[in-house]
Amino acid sequence: MEAKTKNFNTAAAEALNDPNIQANLHGLYQGFHHARVDAAAATPGWEEMREKAREIKAHTIDNLDHYLEMASAEVTRAGGSVYFANTAEDASRYVVDLARSKGVEIAIKGKSMLSEEMGLNDRLAENGIEPVETDLGEYIIQLAGETPYHIIAPAIHKTRDEVAELFEEKLDAPRYHEIEDMAGEARRQLRQKFIDADMGITGVNFLVAETGTIVLVTNEGNGRMCTSMPRTHVAIMGMEKVIPSMDDLGIFLRLLIRSATGQRLSSYVTTVTGPRRHDDEDGPDELHLVVVDNGRSRLLADPELRESLNCLRCGACLNACPVYRKVGGHAYGWVYPGPIGAVISPMLTNLGDAKDLPHASSLCGACREVCPVKINIPRMLLYLRKELAQGETYPESRRASLVDRLLMKGWRLSIANPIMLRLANKAAALAQWPLARRRRLTWLPGPLGGWTRYRNLPAIASRPFSKRWRKMR
Amino acid sequence: MFVTCIVDQFYPVVGESTVRVLRRLGVDVDFPSGQTCCGQPAFNSGFWADAKPVARRVLKMLRGDRYVVVPSGSCASMIRVFYPELFHDEPGPLAEARDLAPRVFELSEFIVDVLGVTDIAPYGDSAGAPESRKVTYHEACHLRRELGVTTQPRTLITSAPGVELVEAQQSDVCCGFGGSFSVRYPDISGAMLQDKIEQLSETGAERFVSCDSGCIMHIAGGMERQKVDMRPVHIAELLDEYLGQE
Repeated sequence: MEAKTKNFNTAAAEALNDPNIQANLHGLYQGFHHARVDAAAATPGWEEMREKAREIKAHTIDNLDHYLEMASAEVTRAGGSVYFANTAEDASRYVVDLARSKGVEIAIKGKSMLSEEMGLNDRLAENGIEPVETDLGEYIIQLAGETPYHIIAPAIHKTRDEVAELFEEKLDAPRYHEIEDMAGEARRQLRQKFIDADMGITGVNFLVAETGTIVLVTNEGNGRMCTSMPRTHVAIMGMEKVIPSMDDLGIFLRLLIRSATGQRLSSYVTTVTGPRRHDDEDGPDELHLVVVDNGRSRLLADPELRESLNCLRCGACLNACPVYRKVGGHAYGWVYPGPIGAVISPMLTNLGDAKDLPHASSLCGACREVCPVKINIPRMLLYLRKELAQGETYPESRRASLVDRLLMKGWRLSIANPIMLRLANKAAALAQWPLARRRRLTWLPGPLGGWTRYRNLPAIASRPFSKRWRKMR
Repeated sequence: MFVTCIVDQFYPVVGESTVRVLRRLGVDVDFPSGQTCCGQPAFNSGFWADAKPVARRVLKMLRGDRYVVVPSGSCASMIRVFYPELFHDEPGPLAEARDLAPRVFELSEFIVDVLGVTDIAPYGDSAGAPESRKVTYHEACHLRRELGVTTQPRTLITSAPGVELVEAQQSDVCCGFGGSFSVRYPDISGAMLQDKIEQLSETGAERFVSCDSGCIMHIAGGMERQKVDMRPVHIAELLDEYLGQE
């Protein structure tokens, strides 16, 4: 997928000015976020579980080569094929070549963010293969020709009426008013595709290394249809999705599902170990697992960012983030939005082009507070800001503007010591004199004007505390 | 006491209140001279090289064995949590930062956790304080999430005679200040501020309490602009209204 991270401000403004989007984003907090808070509170040992999961993930990522080799051997032993792809292009090429070699005309798809990284639907279509998204949200997005707005709720920005209109236009459906009717329409449309498809493509929530088992968490049952109906099942996964053993799976399922939707368990949890065996009644003849790097090695190689590979893609940090809930998913300009997206999207695309992502955060830390594996996202945003300003590890990404550097120098000078601060205080007191009305400033020049667009500023004190202290000591 | 640049330059009365409150609770307060800023603006903007000399001055200034009380969760976090990060590759200052960190406390945290005071009623005389004061509380982000301080300010607020605390919706959600974030992304920050103003107003409280002057500057600045009838009060000022009367 092409990165549009440079357009952050334009895209953010669009979302801010769209009342429907604002209402839906607000709904995320009332819905998913509160459901997560309640689910966490109702789960004994929640905090211990988060810590345990963090430890397992950190251990696995530190030994990623070992666990990937183990997983690969087990998937192969169960009768599947494993392909390691360095890039998104490489991964797409493998899937397209496989589909062509089997004469696939329709490929049904389960929800996968990695597929977005790969731009897989476009690659398939270019090669005469019809990709069909089967997750309802993804199906809507595909009809609209858009990209997902949220990691687990891809069409969250669309209103019921917008979806009805879309169905009317693209599917020749009657004008629906009830969500159930629209879901019914999608079900009818998709049913035949499930039957006709020769390939099912899904993501992977977890890959259990010791057994080579692919685990999928869904609520609509579409994932299970994709893994069981077509002759060929292709599972694509980012290389960080591996966990060591079945014993670890329980804790991750509990954390992932509660953090994502607040459910105790999703409607479907599907485990797939190899293709159909000779005594199985159904299932795919072939299972292909594509393990994709696509920049993740850069995260792995950087000790400051490695922790981001612990992410389970639950989306809780998006729902908790007051910035995401204003600017929405498309502002972030690439596959992964929200706080975790602000860390990984720049690193998987181009940090220098994505300077707004680490900066467009108040560093409030709500993301870290809800993360099921305790990823310290604010600390990584600070690190990326440092790289953008100083370019120590990534010199090519340095993007400190002249204005920023001058403001920094000015600030340094004014607070260098108490004498300079007193001078700066006097200068500011003098400068604010024509602007201050009743000890309030309602307009400021240049880059500071951003403040006075929405707030007054108190006038600087003519007698700062340091001066008043003399009478208090 | 480390007064912070915002209090020093914009809200000096908060500094005075902090001193009076601490003294009333029996603390010997000193104000090491030479204070300017903790360096957070540069650190948060990524200019760590500019933050370092400022932080080194603070480390030097706060050497010794005294507690360091800060009337701000954000600046206290900078010193306690982020100085060790800032100096992670410089053994000398890192050792100093680690020595300093356990001595640094935000004001309400210090009063409750170090002084062990959970009820301020016995320490004051409510004669001069106005009666029946309905307040709401806005949680500062760094205070809550970097220092883990959530109950202490509420304990102190509710212990002040005549003060009624009305909780606001989403009192733990950021007001949108975020330092330079508010100036770099004014529209996003402004939209967050709008929610905050509405949620605080809905409580019907006369005033909102916060432990951080940054949040106060932001929220009160927005309320003033919109002529919302609610005033800010720093927790030091609120406690001072009751305790400060000598």
